[in-house]
Amino acid sequence: MFKILQKSFSVGSATADYPNISPRLAKQFRGCPEFDFEIWRDARPAAEACPTGAIALHDSDGVRQVTVDYGRCIFCGECEAACTDGAVRMSRNFELAATDRRDLVLTAEYTLHPDGTHAGLQSAAIGTVLEEPGKRIAEAIQNLLGRSLAIRQVDAGSCNGCEQEIVALNNPVHDIERFGIHFVASPRHADMLLVTGPVTRNMELALRKTWAATPDPKVVVAVGACGISGGIFGTNYASMGGVDAVIPVDVYIPGCPPRPEALLHGILLALGKIWRRARSHPFK
Amino acid sequence: MTTFFDELRDRFPDLVRSVEETVFDQVVILLNGPDVPAIVRHLLTVHQARIVTVFAEDRVNTEGVFYNYYVFDRPGDPSWVILKAPIPERFPSFPSLAAELPAINWQEREIQDWFGLEAVGHPNPRRVALHDNWPDVHPLRKSFPLDTVLPPFEGERHVYRPTYGEGVFQIPVGPVHAGIIEPGHFNFAVAGEPILYLQLRMFYTHKGTEKLFEKLPINRAVFLAESISGDSAFSHGAAFCQAVEKAAEIEVPARAQILRIILLELERIANHIADVGAIATDVGFVIANAHAGRMREFVLGLNETLTGSRVLRGMIAIGGVRRDWDTDQVEAIEKTIKVVEREFRDLVAIIQSSDSTRDRLEHTGILRPEKALTLGIVGVAGRASGVDCDIRRDHPYEAYSQLPFKVPVYRTGDVRHRMQVRIDEVGESIQMIRAAVALLPGGPHRAPTQPIPPGRCALSAVEGWRGEIVHWVRTGEGNRIERCKVKDPSINNWPAIVEAVEGNIIADFPVINKSFNLSYSGTDR
Repeated sequence: MFKILQKSFSVGSATADYPNISPRLAKQFRGCPEFDFEIWRDARPAAEACPTGAIALHDSDGVRQVTVDYGRCIFCGECEAACTDGAVRMSRNFELAATDRRDLVLTAEYTLHPDGTHAGLQSAAIGTVLEEPGKRIAEAIQNLLGRSLAIRQVDAGSCNGCEQEIVALNNPVHDIERFGIHFVASPRHADMLLVTGPVTRNMELALRKTWAATPDPKVVVAVGACGISGGIFGTNYASMGGVDAVIPVDVYIPGCPPRPEALLHGILLALGKIWRRARSHPFK
Repeated sequence: MTTFFDELRDRFPDLVRSVEETVFDQVVILLNGPDVPAIVRHLLTVHQARIVTVFAEDRVNTEGVFYNYYVFDRPGDPSWVILKAPIPERFPSFPSLAAELPAINWQEREIQDWFGLEAVGHPNPRRVALHDNWPDVHPLRKSFPLDTVLPPFEGERHVYRPTYGEGVFQIPVGPVHAGIIEPGHFNFAVAGEPILYLQLRMFYTHKGTEKLFEKLPINRAVFLAESISGDSAFSHGAAFCQAVEKAAEIEVPARAQILRIILLELERIANHIADVGAIATDVGFVIANAHAGRMREFVLGLNETLTGSRVLRGMIAIGGVRRDWDTDQVEAIEKTIKVVEREFRDLVAIIQSSDSTRDRLEHTGILRPEKALTLGIVGVAGRASGVDCDIRRDHPYEAYSQLPFKVPVYRTGDVRHRMQVRIDEVGESIQMIRAAVALLPGGPHRAPTQPIPPGRCALSAVEGWRGEIVHWVRTGEGNRIERCKVKDPSINNWPAIVEAVEGNIIADFPVINKSFNLSYSGTDR
């Protein structure tokens, strides 16, 4: 007992103060890729290198449409390595969670040249500015949930990479309980389902039942590239793709896996949603 | 090796056709047909060989046959022995060995489900890799397209064996579990507190991984390999890359080999620390887990410094690794492992000072050595039950032969010893990383990329933190994969849990399960 106390005192507090203070990221940390659409002359190498099809080209009638889907991106950095004109750079941004799936997709249109390159950016539609977590959301939890949000995590077929980082939310460094958020053992006790994917054919029914067992108002958060879109597994005979192919999703958290701070960002973002939704709920 | 082949040919003149030794550490013995039981018995008894895996391949379009591959490990022989048995399309069946070799019970049934080849004489021929409510399809046949849309499933998923008796109850658990873990269904038969019989239903996370590998460009396939089991991303990635490198005869530069070793050992350390903490939690000693969780963050931070990813993703590549390290990065290794070494020693002392924790771990979930051997249990769970097997020592890959290390082996096979193996291995891994850093040579971190020749096959094995990971590949046209077989150690070890829980109280199931900590995704693929 003495040893245990001695150790605890000598360690002190290990908890990081995210989101008030940005996390200490290694210099080498890879966030999402960022795209300079103005200078991009050839998207083919990046699209060819992308292992999940997050960068896609659609060429027709002298027009090239380039789409970048952060909901498929696994942050591997292959697009940056393949891109010859310096238009793709890996950033340190990981706070990508969005409430609308479309906010994760960037689109740019170019004039297509006969040699396969492109130029003359005609239009670029970039997702809305991502919402910031912070005080507003802390207040929202306070107001609605009295500093208590219960999460039921559902693995609907993941590789367990996302689970590793979700487990890390409970360690003393990320300590999700400091927000009054805790993981519960049953969907019946839960306000939020934190779902990883891809949703397999074999987990489809279990996911539907879990969702049905969760009392309203509830929020569903899809975690990771696979939870959002099926990721590298996509849709096949055994995989149904992203979580929203089976149940409605309120917040999407990109990453492969999303680091714990990215998960926190998405969960806090979702809490803003719970606040809005409960207010409009007929029984509130 | 020729004498070994001659001996087999003399003994089984009608069966053994030829021998191929195209890859340096494997002997492929081509047979005339699927009638393997006699030769397998010979390998097991006379040569004391251990069966590693059995898997199939559809070559109907090109050669008019299916092949079954039986992989063996002979003690003292650094080469893998692979029996390659053709199965004609017209007679899609092979004799089952599962009755005498329970280690391949699930793997033979997997061949039945995925290839439609009948394992004749299997003691329990029910479906394993497809649930009962799936239609009659065989996804790994080449004639089955990956994007087939199956109709809605109907009927029972799995019929559990009934358990009868006064006061006997069945407790169904899962597939959605209470903790943050993967899905699977457990059906416990209990009489009061003690567990009489546990039935498992796995493959809830089956996502067509082996089918996805087929026709996948090799560069992309590396990322799929990283997603087989997320907690072993680097180990699975390394096993896949090594298989392709062996098939294509790509020499991995000395520097890259050492970089890979350091990352493999860091993956082991991070997972072992987490497991030690989680085992303590499952007996109510949560303070240990708090320290373990904190400590694990140090390792993940180092991972990020070394690879850009906390869980070592996007680093392994065919021919080496994607990113080289500068001196600052190399120095960060010693800085971190020094802290981890000290902290881990404190953690172990704290756990050992708690009598109530020790009491819960000792003699809980015993897997007897004889059972472990029969069931073909590998890795941490095997070494805690007397199975002295470690691929790093027995079939050294990368530069492991240059590093001194001890393989901890215990014989009680209880939760305490499975934890003790992990504790010892963390210490060994720390010393190995130090030795590897001292050895780190200059030179390139990746072999120049080159086209991968088609039609080459190779097997590779990596001692992941959980145990033996095996990948077997056949390369295809246009830098693509034609077939990739993946064997995660979890598929060997699930039956061990069934054995280990028997007679234990149901409240000890979580800690027993955690002491094995198997990957559902790695099993189900």
